[in-house]
Amino acid sequence: MNRIDSTFEKLRAQGRKALITFVTAGDPDMDTTVKTVLEMYENGADIVELGVPFSDPIAEGVTIQEASLRSLNGGTTLDKIFPAAEKIRKSTDKALVLMMYLNTIFVYGCDKFFSKCAEYGIDGVIVPDMPYEEREEISPFADKYGIHCINLVSPASRDRIKKIAADSNGFLYCVSSNGVTGVRSEYKTNFDEFFGIIKENASCPCCVGFGISGPEQAKKMAAYCDGVIIGSAIVRIIAANGAESPKPVGEFVRSVRDGLDS
Amino acid sequence: MKKGRFGEFGGQYVPETVMNAVCELEEAYNRYKDDEEFKEELRKLYCEYANRPSLLYYAERMTNDLGGAKIYIKREDLNHTGAHKVNNCLGQILLAKKMGKKRIIAETGAGQHGVATATVCALFGLECCVYMGEEDTKRQSLNVYRMELLGAKVVPVKSGTHTLKDAINEAMRDWCTNIETTFYCIGSVMGPHPYPEMVRDFQKIIGEEIREQMLRAEGRLPDAVIACVGGGSNAMGAFYDFIGEKDVRLIGAEAAGRGIDTAETAATLSKGSVGIFHGMKSIFLQDEYGQIAPVYSISAGLDYPGIGPEHAALWKSGRGEYVPITDEEAVQAFEYLTRTEGIIPAIESAHAVAAAMKIAPSMKDKIIVINLSGRGDKDVYSIARYRGKEINV
Repeated sequence: MNRIDSTFEKLRAQGRKALITFVTAGDPDMDTTVKTVLEMYENGADIVELGVPFSDPIAEGVTIQEASLRSLNGGTTLDKIFPAAEKIRKSTDKALVLMMYLNTIFVYGCDKFFSKCAEYGIDGVIVPDMPYEEREEISPFADKYGIHCINLVSPASRDRIKKIAADSNGFLYCVSSNGVTGVRSEYKTNFDEFFGIIKENASCPCCVGFGISGPEQAKKMAAYCDGVIIGSAIVRIIAANGAESPKPVGEFVRSVRDGLDS
Repeated sequence: MKKGRFGEFGGQYVPETVMNAVCELEEAYNRYKDDEEFKEELRKLYCEYANRPSLLYYAERMTNDLGGAKIYIKREDLNHTGAHKVNNCLGQILLAKKMGKKRIIAETGAGQHGVATATVCALFGLECCVYMGEEDTKRQSLNVYRMELLGAKVVPVKSGTHTLKDAINEAMRDWCTNIETTFYCIGSVMGPHPYPEMVRDFQKIIGEEIREQMLRAEGRLPDAVIACVGGGSNAMGAFYDFIGEKDVRLIGAEAAGRGIDTAETAATLSKGSVGIFHGMKSIFLQDEYGQIAPVYSISAGLDYPGIGPEHAALWKSGRGEYVPITDEEAVQAFEYLTRTEGIIPAIESAHAVAAAMKIAPSMKDKIIVINLSGRGDKDVYSIARYRGKEINV
């Protein structure tokens, strides 16, 4: 069974919400990334998203754009991320997914990419510039190796929410509000309506991301669905702390975990 | 074939948040493109506002000097705003108005598309925001001020390489955020379907006019149509009507910058590979991991690491020929056309002039049409600098 599925099965049995956290791989360096990821698991993260840096991350706000740039300037490539994933995999059996742009997979070669995902213990991929209609580009290869392609829906998906939600696996990534990644002070989305349609149709657990900054907001948002995704808020801690990030990131993740469980 | 594809190229690779807007645009475009009222409104704007049809000029001195093919110049530089870009902006923004959109965003490289967008927004009374790489705002400060005069907000983009591709990234981020109110007026035959097809349709009048004017002047079709290619909108507009005419060569001039053997180039088809970026599968300049390469050309308008998907398909099938032209060749052609015909071309268009200068001598008794996509006033300062002259502007 894919580790994402077993994670949600366990959480459901415990009546808990999923906490999914994000870091850009190689920011500030790969050793720190490995330590930070393990620290996040240790402090209550259920799934970690490892961001694969891309030269032109069109779905990201400034925080993750800058992290991508720091990582690329440090020489990060996919072939350095796989061994890092392997190190993480040796220390934990929690779910690990890659968040990345389609061109990275396409140019690497879809079959080669997903076979390596399977080999190095990656459980899923999130591709923010691949809409549902173009998923055939990679999904046959992902299926072949048992890797989940995580679908995204956003409030602007409107009529398309139904069909996307109904044809998803792993978890459905619900984008909280229109726009790019990054911390937001307020939302304009009508969440009752948005999650109402999603839950009615979803074929897998639903988690919400984009703009969630801390424990209180996480708890509020988690009430609508099965879990929350936090990215930019963590990347900001890494930007401020560099190689000393594992500890403060761990403390932050613990505070969100406690918030979700309270 | 899947919709929005040109062979293997094209598609709709955009974030989920903009997917619905892309679908809505596709629907609206399909509804209006054959609508007689829409077509008549656009025709009137083309003729009465933008100065169409543009002239097809027989360049006699250039013809005699090169001693080969007869050379005609399609004068898109005489359009209102000074380039072919206005054809597309009138089409898209008229469509935006029909769709009830109140805010227009655009990216721009050299500033020509930004100026054309700002112009049409002024004409229609719409809010306009133009994203422009910070580097380009410096190279083209005159156009920045023109846009501001026209009432547009110009946002200098400081991410990435500070050029055209980064301006597109930033425009896409804006679109994601303001999707409900905003229409993204893409300036070239690129991006997700329906843009490559729609922008080509708004530009194909160039080729249609060339056909008609050439038949009137010479009683036959040209042997070659030459245009510069960045994203490729003026070239696609000039080529499209001739794709089915197998005897008409379609030649695109790419910006080779300091040369295709250097890293400082923007010659996508000469040096690129298949990738998926900016909403489309096409050919891109990129590294082995799919990181998009920084590109360089003296021409801000050709300084783009990709090419429209229909060009990629024409290139792959061999129907289109694409040649790299260096900065030096383009500057020489810029000076040559200015002195020989008294026409100052945009540095982008000078790439097409350079390609014509290369092949014309060996094409005796043939006819070449150069699509002169824009005028060169905006480039005078950078040409002076290239030649080591400091002038005050």
